[in-house]
Amino acid sequence: MEEQKPLKKNPLSMQLDLSKFSEETFKAATDEEKRQQDVMGESTTFFKDGMRKLFKNPLAVMSIVVIVLILLIITFAPMIVPYKYEEILSVNGVRDKGAKNLAPFKYSQLEQEYIDNGGSRFPHLFGTDEQCRDYFIRVVYGTRISFFIGFFASIIVLIIGMLYGSISGYLGGKVDLVMMRIVDIIYSLPDMLMIILLSVVLNEVLKFSSGSLLAKLGTNMVSLFIVFGLLYWVGMARLIRGQILSIKENEYILAAKSIGTKPGRIIRKHILPNCLSVIIISTALQIPSAIFTESFLSFVGIGVKAPMPSLGSLANAAREGLQSYPYKLIFPAIVICLIVLSLNLLGDGLRDAFDPKLKR
Amino acid sequence: MSETLVDVRNLKQYFPVKVGIARTIPLKAVDDISFTIGRGETLGLVGESGCGKTTAGRSILRLYKPTGGEVYFNGELVTDKNITHMRKKMQMVFQDPYSSLDPRMTVEDIIGEPLDVHKLCSNRKERHERILELMETVGLNAEHATRYAHEFSGGQRQRIGIARALAVKPDFIVCDEPVSALDVSIQAQIINMFEELQDKLGVAYLFIAHDLLVVHHISKRIAVMYLGKIVEIADADELNEHPIHPYTESLLSAVPIPDPDITRARQRIILEGDVPSPLKRPSGCPFRTRCRYATPQCAEECPDLSDRGGNHLVACWVK
Repeated sequence: MEEQKPLKKNPLSMQLDLSKFSEETFKAATDEEKRQQDVMGESTTFFKDGMRKLFKNPLAVMSIVVIVLILLIITFAPMIVPYKYEEILSVNGVRDKGAKNLAPFKYSQLEQEYIDNGGSRFPHLFGTDEQCRDYFIRVVYGTRISFFIGFFASIIVLIIGMLYGSISGYLGGKVDLVMMRIVDIIYSLPDMLMIILLSVVLNEVLKFSSGSLLAKLGTNMVSLFIVFGLLYWVGMARLIRGQILSIKENEYILAAKSIGTKPGRIIRKHILPNCLSVIIISTALQIPSAIFTESFLSFVGIGVKAPMPSLGSLANAAREGLQSYPYKLIFPAIVICLIVLSLNLLGDGLRDAFDPKLKR
Repeated sequence: MSETLVDVRNLKQYFPVKVGIARTIPLKAVDDISFTIGRGETLGLVGESGCGKTTAGRSILRLYKPTGGEVYFNGELVTDKNITHMRKKMQMVFQDPYSSLDPRMTVEDIIGEPLDVHKLCSNRKERHERILELMETVGLNAEHATRYAHEFSGGQRQRIGIARALAVKPDFIVCDEPVSALDVSIQAQIINMFEELQDKLGVAYLFIAHDLLVVHHISKRIAVMYLGKIVEIADADELNEHPIHPYTESLLSAVPIPDPDITRARQRIILEGDVPSPLKRPSGCPFRTRCRYATPQCAEECPDLSDRGGNHLVACWVK
């Protein structure tokens, strides 16, 4: 018989080649080595954990970047651009009649002569409008107004809706029945009609000292806030009531009661944190909806008072020369789109990040 | 019997149920039950689904406002006024470990909540130490303190729930089917833990379950409930060996015994029909519609619990 040959190793074999390992490899791990395997999850707070997840979401990060950029622009652009939103362009104190409806980065005849003579002139980034005003600064101010309205309106809605909804949901029974019928009645009021009627009435009643922010916004905007406070909270109140009704039935609420926890603490510590994700997303979605409403109102002509611009009123004004100067509609429209889209995406991202059941 | 800790007298819990537009009729979830539990003792409470076991447990702790009857704890009547104080002595472990822990809270906060509510710890360090001590008592690692409840398995979650109940150093814990949501191997661990805790801390349990074997294992005495009424109370072994009430008989005959010879030899008592709706209770004895021995007397009058010797109380006319 032949001498037994060493077995030829099949290249596809998964068997370990023991000759490659030394005795050292098979020694039991020391305590210190074992301890390296104890991977401990870092302890984080609920908020930190949520933020970490939020920043892992590329869409949410994108939208934060866009919102921050827009906020930076509307904060600092008025300091850099030497024009004012209501200022009619002039060169050396002479009214520049030629600076009407200029295309972006174009100069009027007067301005060109001024530059040729050695003067410097800030470029009109978005051109000018039909009343010889710099269009860029008008869009910036319009965005400011829209943001301002969006945030304040949703804060009003959040506060009223949360108070009303949590009281109604937690107490339940007859209180809930009466409170929800009131909500139903308010829900059935036509909001646009209410805004128009209120702005007519408030025009007579309210007299703001000139120069204040409210006076600049005009009574239409004040009535818009009032209408948001009166009408738009019902959606939020219903939502929060529904959440609380379902959370209230959970056993951990009963468990909290069995411990001896007081109702106030139960609402604060158990119920509200558990509907936080819904509150956050609906607030984030309320902002674009308020911006939309304001744009719509300005578009139909009952929005902010001229010469104060808003994105909606700018779009409305651009309608007239749409065929010759389409960019005048495109700029405010793009800004509205960017704001609304990024706030919506951010709202989605926040919900995903702060819902522990969706933890990856 | 040892000193009485919890004394439940004629406890009634009715819920109004709407019938039609304006009429309501009472749903008698718990109808006139009485029993006592001694210090450091375990009373098992068994019965089929919907017979009012859980409601009884919750009414004793006043999580529902009882319709009638009294509960005395350590000789003191439990009322709405002293309930906050009483919650330091009486605690509860819930059935479903998945829904009884707040998903927004870390384990530390869940176990720490009773400490905060009753202001049992003067500073954060003391609180933290107490929480770690409790976690060790129920067999959880200290590193679990910062995790959320959803990161744990069912058995571990139930341990968290037990630690929460133990935080206030109670004398009495209502265990509302604490093991029925867990699988069998975990059930054994948790039940052994309950027994160890009883030996160590001297707590009394009202142990609600529908598994007779589990209840027999842990309880000193067992009460059997049917349609909101207690039909039989006896010491665990006595009940197991000499059941008197026909309902108990049939329950015991349904318990699986891991020996084929015995199983084949014994007679299985199969109950006919369903549990009547608690809204339409049969007249007289609630069990008579399904009882093999029912007589005309059973339909007329409801039997009271009567002593058949050796602390064995039965509510039946026939047996």
